[in-house]
Amino acid sequence: MIRVQAEDFDVGAEVAALTRGRTDIGAVVTFSGLVRDVSGDQAVTSMQLEHYPGMTEKELARIEAEAHARWPLQATLIVHRVGELKPGDNIVLVVTASAHREAAFEAATFLMDYLKTRAPFWKREEGQGEARWVDARENDGKAAARWKHR
Amino acid sequence: MKLLYFAWVKQKAGTAEEDVVPPADIRDVNGLITWLKTRGDRYEAAFADLDIIRCAVDQEHGDLNTPIAGAMEIAFFPPVTGG
Repeated sequence: MIRVQAEDFDVGAEVAALTRGRTDIGAVVTFSGLVRDVSGDQAVTSMQLEHYPGMTEKELARIEAEAHARWPLQATLIVHRVGELKPGDNIVLVVTASAHREAAFEAATFLMDYLKTRAPFWKREEGQGEARWVDARENDGKAAARWKHR
Repeated sequence: MKLLYFAWVKQKAGTAEEDVVPPADIRDVNGLITWLKTRGDRYEAAFADLDIIRCAVDQEHGDLNTPIAGAMEIAFFPPVTGG
């Protein structure tokens, strides 16, 4: 399941909704990403998250389908926020549920690695009176590339 | 076809969205960019470094060699930074 939204999310409520009434799930892994108040050596007071409506949902669905093709997953959820966020706010949530932990751990890592390099979101940080677009990190590309040969 | 621009590519191009009719002999994304750059300084600025330009053709990731024949929507943007 995919959601792109301005509103905050509640990690506990999302996990409860995903697993409610299910007795075939033995493992749930959650990852949530938050806004930090510093980027490199620059203070961050707010962040704008822009995205490509339409493609964002399609790309997240493609990434999710790829995870389901690779691992035996009972359920997955990707929630990504857009708009203005403040330090401490939630940005992204990935939940993976499977019978055993290995698939859930690996799929959660895979989903985040692919999301970071393929889902069309862009962060702009504001702080110290200026705004700057966040540069893509080379390490994110390397993290995503490791799944190509598996 | 509709062109979309995001993040700093949008700021440099000076527009988020526009409808264009490129010459019929333009085959791929690279040709489209070359043509766009002839349309003004702001396109020159937006496409100055193609190493940091990404594109999507009809909402699927593409590259400079992706054909544009029949495409309805082409988007240009920097490497993504979500998550």
